[in-house]
Amino acid sequence: MSASAIIFYIISAFILGAGFLAMTTRRIFRSAIWLLFSLIGIAALYFWLQVEFIAAVQIIVYVGGIVVLIIFSIFLTQQSGNQMPKQPLKRIIASALAVLFGFGLTFLQIGKYDFRPSTKNFDWTVSKIGSQMLNTSTGGYALPFEVVSMLLLAAMVGCIVIAMKTPVATNGKAQEELLEKMKERTEEELGITEISEV
Amino acid sequence: MSSVPMSHILFVSTALFFIGMYGLFTRRNMITMLMAIELILNSVNINFVVFNKYLYPDKLDGIFFVIFIITIAAAEAAVAIAIIINLYRSHRSIDVENATEMKY
Repeated sequence: MSASAIIFYIISAFILGAGFLAMTTRRIFRSAIWLLFSLIGIAALYFWLQVEFIAAVQIIVYVGGIVVLIIFSIFLTQQSGNQMPKQPLKRIIASALAVLFGFGLTFLQIGKYDFRPSTKNFDWTVSKIGSQMLNTSTGGYALPFEVVSMLLLAAMVGCIVIAMKTPVATNGKAQEELLEKMKERTEEELGITEISEV
Repeated sequence: MSSVPMSHILFVSTALFFIGMYGLFTRRNMITMLMAIELILNSVNINFVVFNKYLYPDKLDGIFFVIFIITIAAAEAAVAIAIIINLYRSHRSIDVENATEMKY
């Protein structure tokens, strides 16, 4: 077994261990940190595969962006030290069985198929990626690039619209007043319907 | 590099996918479900890179798919977290069982 193979097995054990802990630990903040380690392990796997560009993108976007966003939202929404409620045993067993069967089935299919790796060298450069990304002829990715830019714009506008404060709903006192008003209104409506039924 | 057969890398990505599925099935907290989705997307990314590198080394399509998936995952996470925080403001809970009125 060569050194690169040993490094690969160490990296994959790290990824799977961190991912498994991220999905099973009951403290949500620890779960986010394990997810962070798992994503760093995946970046290491990309480095091992010698696609350094994707590894850099992985670290910048996932580790620097998404995990930080998730940690922020954990702090905004709950006490991070609290444990999450235990799931019923029936659900855990059922989902573990479903997942194990799915994994077995998929891996049997992978084992049956005979992959013949090409002997050629994988030659990518960032300049090649860039020129193909903005190429409008066949094999170019100019259209998906533009579509993704529209998607990002839509996501940004959507986030702003969702997060926009309606002055009534966020103020606690005003919210109670609104709730009371709504109660009165529903009662009125109920009264009206009763009268109309009579 | 060639000392590791391709199926071993596919084993890692498949295992990661099903770990994510397990999290998606068992967790009822929206943020942890979002984390599970991130794991699933990452396992798919590993597959794309490996297939591109081992089977079609003269093309770059796998790398483009990975870049687009990462972009879309970032947008999805941003929108999902905006929705989760807004839901928390109105319901004081981010448990999916308590958000059933969003169904209709």
